[in-house]
Amino acid sequence: MADIQESVRNYAERFKSAKLRERPLSAHLKALEAESIHIMREVAAEFANPVMLYSIGKDSAVMLHLALKAFYPSRPPFPLQHVDTTFKFRDMITYRDALAEALGLEMRVEINQEAVDRGVNPWDSGSQLHTQLLKTEALRAAMNRHGYDAAFGGARRDEEKSRAKERIFSFRDTNHGWDPKNQRPELWRNYNTKIRKGESIRVFPLSNWTELDIWQYILEDDIPIVPLYYAAHRPVVERDGQVIMVDDERLPLQDGEKPDLRMVRFRTLGCYPLTGAVESSAQTLEEIVLEMLTARTSERSGRLIDHDEAGSMEKKKREGYF
Amino acid sequence: MDTQTSRADVMERLTQSGQHGVLRFLTCGSVDDGKSTLIGRLLYDSKLLFEDQINVLERDSRKHGTAGDEIDFALLLDGLEAEREQGITIDVAYRFFATEKRKFVVADTPGHEQYTRNMATGASTADAAVMMIDARKGVLVQTLRHTYIARMMGIRHIVLAVNKMDLVEHGRTRFHEIVAEYMKNAEELGFETITPIPMSARYGDNVTRHSESMSWYKGPTLLEHLEELDITTDIESEPFRMPVQWVNRPNLNFRGYSGTVVSGKVKPGDAIVVSQSGLAANVERIVTADGDLEIAQAGDAVTLVLNHEIDISRGDVLAAAEERPEVSDQFAAELLWMAEDDLLPGRSYLLKIGTATTPATISALKHKVDINTYEKKPSRKLEMNGIGMCNVSTARPIAFDPYHTIRDMGAFILIDRFTNQTVGAGMISFGLRRASNIHHHAMDVTKADRAQLKAQKPAILWFTGLSGAGKSTVANIVERKLASAGHHTYSLDGDNVRHGLNRDLGFTDEDRVENIRRIGEVGKLFVDAGLLVTCSFISPFRSERRMVRELVDEGEFIEVFVDTPLEVCMERDPKGLYKKAQAGEIKNFTGFDSPYEAPESPEIRVDTTSISAEEAADQVIAKLRELGRLG
Ligand SMILES: Nc1nc2c(ncn2[C@@H]2O[C@H](COP(=O)(O)OP(=O)(O)OP(=O)(O)O)[C@@H](O)[C@H]2O)c(=O)[nH]1
Ligand SMILES: [Mg+2]
Repeated sequence: MADIQESVRNYAERFKSAKLRERPLSAHLKALEAESIHIMREVAAEFANPVMLYSIGKDSAVMLHLALKAFYPSRPPFPLQHVDTTFKFRDMITYRDALAEALGLEMRVEINQEAVDRGVNPWDSGSQLHTQLLKTEALRAAMNRHGYDAAFGGARRDEEKSRAKERIFSFRDTNHGWDPKNQRPELWRNYNTKIRKGESIRVFPLSNWTELDIWQYILEDDIPIVPLYYAAHRPVVERDGQVIMVDDERLPLQDGEKPDLRMVRFRTLGCYPLTGAVESSAQTLEEIVLEMLTARTSERSGRLIDHDEAGSMEKKKREGYF
Repeated sequence: MDTQTSRADVMERLTQSGQHGVLRFLTCGSVDDGKSTLIGRLLYDSKLLFEDQINVLERDSRKHGTAGDEIDFALLLDGLEAEREQGITIDVAYRFFATEKRKFVVADTPGHEQYTRNMATGASTADAAVMMIDARKGVLVQTLRHTYIARMMGIRHIVLAVNKMDLVEHGRTRFHEIVAEYMKNAEELGFETITPIPMSARYGDNVTRHSESMSWYKGPTLLEHLEELDITTDIESEPFRMPVQWVNRPNLNFRGYSGTVVSGKVKPGDAIVVSQSGLAANVERIVTADGDLEIAQAGDAVTLVLNHEIDISRGDVLAAAEERPEVSDQFAAELLWMAEDDLLPGRSYLLKIGTATTPATISALKHKVDINTYEKKPSRKLEMNGIGMCNVSTARPIAFDPYHTIRDMGAFILIDRFTNQTVGAGMISFGLRRASNIHHHAMDVTKADRAQLKAQKPAILWFTGLSGAGKSTVANIVERKLASAGHHTYSLDGDNVRHGLNRDLGFTDEDRVENIRRIGEVGKLFVDAGLLVTCSFISPFRSERRMVRELVDEGEFIEVFVDTPLEVCMERDPKGLYKKAQAGEIKNFTGFDSPYEAPESPEIRVDTTSISAEEAADQVIAKLRELGRLG
């Protein structure tokens, strides 16, 4: 784990005194970056109690990176909020804590302890209930506890069909629900930030980024990410066509099931029992990008929770999911 | 991997696509013309879909499809449950794809008139519009409406996609007929290019491949055309503008102004001014997390440090000193109305332009556009999806340029102050008077002097409530008691206003708004004269009462809610008006067939069912004393 700590410390140094880039950023990434920075500054200026919902994955890494740039030389004027289901990959938590410390940022962690104590988990409770209790409920609890009026999320429109429909400033009622049929018109880069007490806005500064843009940006701007994105030999089992990593002893093995060491990596990170790995030999960012250019399946195909039912993402969002 | 993949190789692969930059376009037109199908087809044919997405599409097509046994490409776009169930698009979807030549951002917008606001959302950021027409139906009202909105939003290029050619035997004559009909209307709007292409979105004809069934068509396919379309603008050669978003103050040694440059360029050393105040300074540094820049231009998000400290805050626009934007509180603008409640001239909304937000009213609606003929017609209100030209008056002067010169400097939204909904989208055409001309002539005798002479603090006592609630009765006693205690008063009510000043107004919603606006202005003058003014008006709308509140200074507006329930008022019916309303002789009667919006937090609430009018008046006066208005 020494390398996580070190890469994160080097990274933090960059924001102490800005240095000129050696290579200019690709033009389209520069435009995307500027758009995201503009969005973040609007939020910082217009909301009383904003927060960044930080989920440790590559999109969060980019989102945080953009926030560090947007307010430079100031620090981002809001805390980070992680909703911890307690089933995240261990490397994710190591990375999260190292990063927050190196950057000196406040990382708030919300756990639905009651559900954890009752033994809720993905395999016995099912992925739906697991997500509902440990993720959606915990998020709502965090929103209510801290009274956030705006929350940044790292969702992109290219991820999924209902995401493609969502505004950059997405209004949530007092129950944190999304009403997809009645969204506020959103013209130009002129964002309506007005809400009443108890209502909130989810803000998606990465709305117009694609998965490839994210990787290209991580490559061009040297952003440290959780090592699980790089291929390595990892203990895995195969279930329902998905390759699941045995990240700790909690994952119950079925009869005759024996973890295999395979060269795999992840395109997206979530709860380890619900996140499928892909076979890959990509050990550098360059190789990951090349792999991306020839990918035949979408990143969400590795997320078990999206397969439960058609339109499941929209449904979860209406109930207050990210 | 034996050979390490080099960064140079990867970067080359990455930059292969998108040499022509990014093109943003939208699909629009009437309902069911095939907009979503077209985009789905485009994604599918450019091999941009992943295998799992295609599997889902095939499954969904069997379940919800509107294309028989075939793949319903629209389902790739219509991602909301309600959309799939109804087979229509409700809200705009943004999709991204790239070819070797270009990257594309496409907004698939709904054809349904009800969702015009979502089409406008998609159009506001687009460089080009693909206007779809069903070859069987030809040009429809929605085609014309969307064409007008596209032009108003500043879109310069139209692709006229005459779709479903398979259903008109791929006929050349029909195609030309439709093109001619469209041109007749669209030509006068002054688009730079209008490119007609005959298409069959469902089967992919002339979308990404040339159609064999329409060999008579020699032009480019849709994709070829979009790849080559020249959309360069000269926004960088316009004068420098940067609305300040956020003041960057990490410590006492650094003070920067963060924002996005919306036009022109800026370099260290350049002379700039704060548009609103005219204060001047020079740019010292252009700070970014990637080091200080030598130059920043339109589109860049930066932080400017100036050579000396001047007063700057969010909402100010930094501008080139030698070419400044206009600063005014009155301007003419084109407006698209997007709310179910009509736009009413005189009502107060919040206006957000750039990073500035200020209360504003539409002071006059000059004309409305008839969407069938593009004729300008007089009108007193705008309904949902209506387009009009209006005069806007803001509470504070704002800095702006005409929308068609610098988009970000002329684009504003109107926000309803109660629902917080975005209700209007406006594009500034020109200023109506310079702020410098309206600086009030400073008088030697001030409001404070006049008030002091009278040993009181002037105020508007605003009595609101239903007809027959007892407003005038209580107000009358209040004034009598104040006068006998030696205070200087005046009273305004329906009788002395409706017969004179507002003789020309009736009882429609628009007229009610204007009625209150005028009363508010008169009340303000009396306050300026140092008087305690009682005003007794039903004034059913919160927004109008709020408008009056904002006309005067803090503490000068005292809202008295005469809270008498409708049943009691109907029973009292002092003027026999409720009877007439019940008999249908009076229309738009408040509480009856016209709404009354009760105050949410009035300064004073009196309940005339439990106390006498005399006691109510005493309560009002006690409150006035408590608020320190009586000297
Ligand atoms: N025969 C034929 N049918 C088509 C063609 N293009 C679209 N359609 C059909 O027309 C119907 C409507 O298509 P959509 O793509 O949903 O139309 P739309 O313009 O997106 O509709 P809204 O977004 O609701 O305004 C579907 O059943 C399509 O399969 C075409 O070229 N030929
Ligand atoms: Mg559609």
